[in-house]
Amino acid sequence: MVSNTMTVRALIAAAAWCACATVYADVQQHVLPNGMKILVKEDRRAPVVACMVWYRAGSMDEVNGTTGVAHVLEHMMFKGTKDVPSGEFSRAIARAGGRDNAFTNKDATVYHQQLHKSKLPLALKLEADRMANLILSEAEFSREIRVVMEERRLRTDDQPKSLVYEARSATAYEAHPYRTPVVGWMNDLENLTYEDARNWYNAWYAPNNATLVVVGDVSAEAVFAEAEKHFGPIPARLLPRRKPQTEPPQQGIKRVIVNAPAELPYLVMGWHAPSLRDVDKDWAPYALEMLAAVLDGGDAARLNRELVRESRLAISVGAGYDGINRGPGEFIIDATPAPGKTIEELESAVREQIRRIVDKGVSADELQRVKAQVTAYQVFQLDSMFAQAREFGSLDNAGLPFDSLELQAKKLKEVTSAQVQEVAKTYLVDDRLTVAVLSPQPLGGRKPAAAPAPEHRH
Amino acid sequence: MFPMPLMNACRKRVAFVAGRGLSRIAVLLVLWSAALASHAALPIQQWVAASGARVLFVESHDLPMLDVSVEFPAGSGRDAVESSGLANVTQRLMRLGVEGMNEDAISRGFADVGAMLNSTFDADRAGFSLRTLSSDAEQKQALDVMGRIVQSPSFPEPTLEREKARAIATLKESDTKPETIVMRRFAHLLYADHPYGLRTTGEPKTIAQLTRANLVGFYKSHYNADVAVVAIMGDITRARAGEIAEQLTRDLPKAAAPLPPIAPVRALTTALESDVEHPSAQAHILVGQPGLKRIDPDYFPLWVGNYILGGGGFTSRLYNEVREKRALSYSVYSFFVPFEQQGPFQIGLQTRSDQAQEALRVVRGVLSDFATKGPTPAELEGAKQNIVGGFALRIDSNQKILNYLAVIGFYELPIDYLDTFTTRIEAVTLEQIRDAYTRRIDPERMATVVVGGGKPSQ
Repeated sequence: MVSNTMTVRALIAAAAWCACATVYADVQQHVLPNGMKILVKEDRRAPVVACMVWYRAGSMDEVNGTTGVAHVLEHMMFKGTKDVPSGEFSRAIARAGGRDNAFTNKDATVYHQQLHKSKLPLALKLEADRMANLILSEAEFSREIRVVMEERRLRTDDQPKSLVYEARSATAYEAHPYRTPVVGWMNDLENLTYEDARNWYNAWYAPNNATLVVVGDVSAEAVFAEAEKHFGPIPARLLPRRKPQTEPPQQGIKRVIVNAPAELPYLVMGWHAPSLRDVDKDWAPYALEMLAAVLDGGDAARLNRELVRESRLAISVGAGYDGINRGPGEFIIDATPAPGKTIEELESAVREQIRRIVDKGVSADELQRVKAQVTAYQVFQLDSMFAQAREFGSLDNAGLPFDSLELQAKKLKEVTSAQVQEVAKTYLVDDRLTVAVLSPQPLGGRKPAAAPAPEHRH
Repeated sequence: MFPMPLMNACRKRVAFVAGRGLSRIAVLLVLWSAALASHAALPIQQWVAASGARVLFVESHDLPMLDVSVEFPAGSGRDAVESSGLANVTQRLMRLGVEGMNEDAISRGFADVGAMLNSTFDADRAGFSLRTLSSDAEQKQALDVMGRIVQSPSFPEPTLEREKARAIATLKESDTKPETIVMRRFAHLLYADHPYGLRTTGEPKTIAQLTRANLVGFYKSHYNADVAVVAIMGDITRARAGEIAEQLTRDLPKAAAPLPPIAPVRALTTALESDVEHPSAQAHILVGQPGLKRIDPDYFPLWVGNYILGGGGFTSRLYNEVREKRALSYSVYSFFVPFEQQGPFQIGLQTRSDQAQEALRVVRGVLSDFATKGPTPAELEGAKQNIVGGFALRIDSNQKILNYLAVIGFYELPIDYLDTFTTRIEAVTLEQIRDAYTRRIDPERMATVVVGGGKPSQ
């Protein structure tokens, strides 16, 4: 299910809008004098809007000692301004019949609302207010940081597979900031201060570092005007210089083992791979996308068919590639061995699958099947305004043209068997590989309860 | 298979509602047509197919796609203690072999035309939902395979053995996790030997004993046309919808005897408590009782009340007291899952182990106060503003509308349910909520489960 998500996500990255001209328009762009970008897609199917503000500041912009601060600031953004007291942002959206939330990832911090179209001005007014006027009090911070630590315990510390992913990233990257977890290391959270959060806000929360994305039953011109009214008066600021922190070439395979309470082992193999940079001229990212889909585009795709159904080595297996990033890309295969089978057997079966593609390529049938799926996803994607807004925001944030979805789908459909062979041969090699393994431990084998965090002032 | 745990950290974890929580049930009257109160929110067409299946259809040509679901009263509520998992394994095998097609041919049948088949399964309902392009060739092929899965599954023996092994391995893995342990113990306290107390996916021991004959028997007695519900949403005509409904149901097995209703649920007579040791960093806590039926005179007062208690995102009492004021948890919620008989009423949270008792005290205080005094006028007003004002968001995609059609069909809700929904929300009074909670939710007779709570700190 979740592996489908990864594949689907990858395919969706190639989605485009259809020719339903009466219902849809293209995405329209407007840039305010202060540098804030606005993307609007009119979608008239229901009288609602999806509204997002993307800040180009994610965990990759953090520095050592304050990992997790991007995400902590996301939490603090709901803690009030001089005009809108703590918690009132969400209460106002709720009273307007809306839903609101936010998320942080490696590349961005994103705030979003879904509302009746008549309430869009309220969302824009509130977003503009907290872009400029956030109050970051020590008292609010000292409570909310404890909530974030609970979030880390829930999503990472007590989730053996999450620990494997965390260890894998920290091993695969030595220099690039993709090495640190989005939620932050626990010790950094324990020592984070409200000044750290305030510095982050002052550094990155500026209109010239933000993109507003609106999809819904609205006119683009009206949204541009409304956005100008609320965000226009906020002055642009000089942003910190971003350093590339390029990962040096890897020299030899890397391996890491995580001991955690579990029943079954778990294997993750990840190879360094390029991200999409030039939508028209690049070809390798599309071939990697195709490779992932041939391996894991449905239950009849190679990995599931051969490792789960036929040889019964695995109870589950997946493959994924995501080329839409500000930083480098990765190609990932993960698998859980069937009882009685070992991680070593599974790893060598995965390697055999790759070897076969390097030697023989993929069949015309397999390519055709993926192309049919891409065509269908181009339409299915249009069923959700929120998903569309997320897609445009994510492309724009990665520095790619927000209107390149159709071109991406076209390029993906042009991928040949020889290109799939070529990327498998070039990128799925040991000098790019990090292997992470979960070694299951009995439940009694760990000390009860992690040490309590230092007390923060109540 | 890809947990992707670190890709995104979010401000709020959306409480996962097994099956269809109230919050997911589409509801409605159209917001923008208060003046057209006599008109339907959605033009639902409803009829009985020649096969006897109930059919609900909404015609929409906005997108060139089609969603179709077929559901049966064949969920885990039909399992017996000694054969727990039979309902789920039966449904799981249906899509892994049909007369004339093996599992790979079935998977390719969908993938070749870009279609997706999802399985739906909970305590009451079991079925399949298809998403396909509406173009002729694609639609026809996808529906042909779906029709065979529903009407001529072959339950191949070797596939059954493999799937049993996979299911057992997955269950054993799951049984190491605090979130699974707490759910299983909670369900058992609420329902004892009633089938709603069984794990929907069964137990390793009972699954090991399932035979092909068990599956065939269960299929023949539960997958019958007279209890089938077909929901159709999308880009086809009424005439074509009629053909599809027949095609998907005319060859279903005839029932030897009518299905009995699910047995009534007994209310708890005393408070029940259970503590389970676990080395996790957090304690997982559930508090609740058997709650609400899908057709229930207290449905609206309890549901609106729950928005205020713990359902309303960042505005609920539980959210404010547990997270906002005390920072005890990242995720805290309450919900009702309405089933044919009383599904669970459940409050849940996770907190650092040494805070478990403190969190439990706060939850009990909030619940007790709410159940005896009910909400304030301002809280009720806020709830109505959100639910009525957000009505359009409940039916803003084909996917959401299809889910709504399936529920209305399965539980035989009135066909004007949508049209009267906001009126019924508006009509809920403070006194009705207080009265319903006083009669239905007894804070003195709650089931409470704490997993990984360790020793209280004081």
